[in-house]
Amino acid sequence: MNQVHARFQVDYPDFSLSVDLHLPGRGVTALFGPSGSGKTTCLRALAGLESTRDTAVSVNGVVWQDDARGLSLPTHQRPVGYVFQDGGLFEHMSVQRNLEYGMRRVPAPERRVSLGQVVDLLGIAPLLGRKPGTLSGGERQRVSIARALAVSPAILLMDEPLAGLDAKRKNEILPYLERLHDDLEIPVIYVSHALDEVARLADHLVLLEEGRVVASGNALDLLTRLDLPLSHGDFAGALVLATVSGHDAEYHLTRVDFSGEGLWLACHPVATGQQLRIRIQARDVSITLEKQTGTSILNILPATVAALSEDGPGQVMVVLQVGDTRLLARLTQKSVTALNLTVGTPVYAQIKGVAVLR
Amino acid sequence: MIASDERSAILLTLQLSAVTTVILLVIGTIIAWWLARTRSRWKGPVGAVVALPLVLPPTVLGFYLLITLGPNGPVGQFTQAIGLGLLPFTFAGLVVGSVIYSLPFVVQPLQNAFEAIGERPLEAAATLRSSPLDRFFTVVLPMAKSGYLSAAVLGFAHTMGEFGVVLMLGGNIPGKTRVISVQIYNHVEALEYAQAHRLAGGMLLFSFLVLLAMYTLNPTGRRS
Amino acid sequence: MRIKPFLFLTSMLMFLAQGAVCGEEVQVAVASNFTAPMKAIAADFEKASGYKAVLAFGSTGSFYAQIKNGAPFEILLSADAETPEKLEKDGSAEAGSRFTYAVGKLALWSPKTGVVDDKGAVLGTGTFAHVALAAPKLAPYGKAAVETLDSLGLTQKLEPKFVQGENITQTFQFVSSGNAELGFVAWSQICANGKLKSGSAWVVPETLHRPLRQDAILLTPGKNKPAAASLLAFLKGDQAKSVILSYGYSLQTKEGS
Repeated sequence: MNQVHARFQVDYPDFSLSVDLHLPGRGVTALFGPSGSGKTTCLRALAGLESTRDTAVSVNGVVWQDDARGLSLPTHQRPVGYVFQDGGLFEHMSVQRNLEYGMRRVPAPERRVSLGQVVDLLGIAPLLGRKPGTLSGGERQRVSIARALAVSPAILLMDEPLAGLDAKRKNEILPYLERLHDDLEIPVIYVSHALDEVARLADHLVLLEEGRVVASGNALDLLTRLDLPLSHGDFAGALVLATVSGHDAEYHLTRVDFSGEGLWLACHPVATGQQLRIRIQARDVSITLEKQTGTSILNILPATVAALSEDGPGQVMVVLQVGDTRLLARLTQKSVTALNLTVGTPVYAQIKGVAVLR
Repeated sequence: MIASDERSAILLTLQLSAVTTVILLVIGTIIAWWLARTRSRWKGPVGAVVALPLVLPPTVLGFYLLITLGPNGPVGQFTQAIGLGLLPFTFAGLVVGSVIYSLPFVVQPLQNAFEAIGERPLEAAATLRSSPLDRFFTVVLPMAKSGYLSAAVLGFAHTMGEFGVVLMLGGNIPGKTRVISVQIYNHVEALEYAQAHRLAGGMLLFSFLVLLAMYTLNPTGRRS
Repeated sequence: MRIKPFLFLTSMLMFLAQGAVCGEEVQVAVASNFTAPMKAIAADFEKASGYKAVLAFGSTGSFYAQIKNGAPFEILLSADAETPEKLEKDGSAEAGSRFTYAVGKLALWSPKTGVVDDKGAVLGTGTFAHVALAAPKLAPYGKAAVETLDSLGLTQKLEPKFVQGENITQTFQFVSSGNAELGFVAWSQICANGKLKSGSAWVVPETLHRPLRQDAILLTPGKNKPAAASLLAFLKGDQAKSVILSYGYSLQTKEGS
C-alpha cells in the first residue's frame, strides 16, 4: 500500500519507454540517467501529462490510472506537485498569485499547508510582490517548488530543478531541497542527470537507460555496484551514512563512526549522535597492504577486497568492504597487479578526502 | 454638418464592424486554438482555407457568396428551410460575408499568440488543479491579451474597409447594407469627389488612429 | 546553338519596340456593358485594318477619373452620353469627335419563365421581395430603370424593394443568382441573336425612359493617330453596326435620328 507504483509504455517513432516501477512511499527517489533515457517522460506519465499505454499508476494506495479498467484521472484531478525544469511560472502573475493559483483550487479541507508555511520553507517572502520575469534562476525554482507544495500534493515530482543553474545557484537551492527531504512526509520523485545531486538527495535510485530500467534500489547500494555505470568513471564514489561521535575543537575536526570504524572530517557543526551523509570518491581512496605510519593521511581503515572491475584503459575499480559498508577505490592496473589484489585480500584503505553531503 | 445618408452609412459600418468583430473573436478563438495545438494532417489545409480571403479578390468572394447564399445555393436553401429566409441584401448577410472576409485577420494573431504561449504554462496549470476551461480563462486569455487586442483591431479595421464583398452581397440599400466604403465608391463613380474625399479622409484618419493606438499601447503585440 | 535564345529575345524586343514607336496600336477604354460586342469588333477591325485595338474594360466613372489623371487612353467608348460631353468640355478630348455608337435597350428580366409578362404588369403586383436595378446615380441603365418606374408611377411603391448593383453586370448577377426575383438589366445581357436566351423578359419601350445613348469620343492622346482614327471610322461602318445589332443594341434613337 505504502508505495508508488508506475507502469506504462510509450511508443514514439524514435523512442520507446517501458517501465514498471515500485518506489518507496516516502523519501526521495531519484530517476537517474543520461538525457534521452526517459526520465522526464516517466515523471510526465505519473502526472498524466503524457499519453501512454498499458498504464497503471497508483500513489500510496490511491489509483490514478489503470488502463485495464479504463480509468484515468486527468492531470488536474491528480494531487501532484510538479516542478518543471524551467519552473513553468505564470509570467503574467506575481509570485504571490502564482503561489495562490494552485492553492485556491484545492478544497479547504484538503489543504495541509498554509501559504506562509511554504513561503517560509523556501525562503521566498521577499519575492512575493515580484513578477517571475525579474527573478534569478534560483529564485524561480524556489518559487516553483513552493507553488507545487502549496497544493498539498500526495507526491512531489521534480524535473531537473537544478539543471541550467550554475554552481552558486545550485548551492543556493540544495539546502532547501534537503529541508524538503527532512520535512516532507510525501514521496518525492526527482529527475536528474547529475550524480552529485543524486548523491546528496536520493534515498532510492532508479537507473534509466534508453527507456529501460537498468536498476532500482537503495541509493547507497546502487552507487557501489560494479555492474552499473554509476560505479565507474571519474566521479564514482561511495555514499556512507555515518553518526557523529565527537568533535576535536583544538584541530577543528569532527569524528564520525560507521560500521564500527571511525573517520575524521573537517569540523562539521552538528550535535553528537546526528547522522551525516558523506561521500567518499573512488579517486580519493588508495590501498596499502600494511597499515602505513608516518603518513599525512588521517583516515586509514581496515578493509577486504570485495570485487574488482576494469574501469577504462589501465584502471581498475575496486570495491572494499568495511564492516557492512562498501567503499570504492580506483587504482591503476599496475598497482592491482603489484599488490596482487584479488577478492578476499585484506587491505588498508587510505582516504584522502571526504565530502559531507548533509 | 454630415448628410443623413452619410451618417447612416457611418453608423451602419460601425455596427457591422462591431458585430463582426465579436463573432470573429469567438469563432477565431476556436479555429486558432485548434490550429495552434493540433498535430492533425488537416492543419495545413484548414490553415490555407482560413487564409484564402487574403488572396481572393473580394468581389470574387462576394460573387460566390451571393450564389451560395442565394435561393439556389446550398446555404440559401438551408437558411430558407430553417426559416431564416435569404441572407443576401440583409445586414445578417453582410455579417456573414464580413466574418469570412476578415477571418484570417483575426485567426492569425490569435494563432500566433496561442503558439507563443506554448504547452508549459498549460501543463503547469493542469498540475495546479486547473481544469481545461479554467486554464483557458486564467492562463490562455491573459497571456494572449495582446494577440486578442491585435485580432480585434485588425478584424474591426479590416471589416470597416471591406468593399467588394458588401458591394456584391449587400445590394446597396441605404441604412441597411450601404456601408462607408460603398458610399465612397458611389461618390467617386458619380464624380462627387468632395464628398468622397471627406468620407475617405475620415476613414483614413480613424484607421490610422486605431492602428496607432494598437502599436503604441501594445508594443509586445508586434513581436508575437 | 547558344545563339538561338539570344536571337529570339532580340527579335522579341525589336518587335515590342516597333509596336510602341510606330503607333500600330490603339488604346481603347470600353464601358463594361459593351465588352462582348467590342471584342468581336476589335477582331474584325484588326483583320480589316492591320492595327491592333488594345481594350480596357471598366466603369465609365472610373475611366473618367483615370483619363482626367493622365491615363493614356486614345478612345473612350462610354456607357453614357454625359461623360464624353464632359470630357470634351474639360478639354481632355477632341471637340467634334463625339458620336453615338450604340443605344442600349432596357429589359425587365427574370431567370424563371412566366414571371415577367410582356407588358411589365408584374411590377404593379408587387409579388416579389426584391427588384434589382443598377444604382441610378452611377449607371445609365439604373437611371433608365427609375425613369421607367416613374413613368409607370411605381417608384414610390417599389423603392423599398430595390437592391442596387453598382453596375449593370452586378445587377444581372443579383437576378441570375435568384437573389432578386427580377430586375432591370440590359437587353444585351440576356439576348442572343435578337432572342431571349432564358427566363422571361419585357423589353421596356423606349418611350418610358430617356434613350440609353452610348457615345464614343477621341481622347487627346489619340489625336493625329491613324490607328485611332481608323477604329472610329470602323465603328461607324456596316460591319461593326451588324455586330452591335446582333448583341441586342440598337443604333439610333427616335429623336436622335
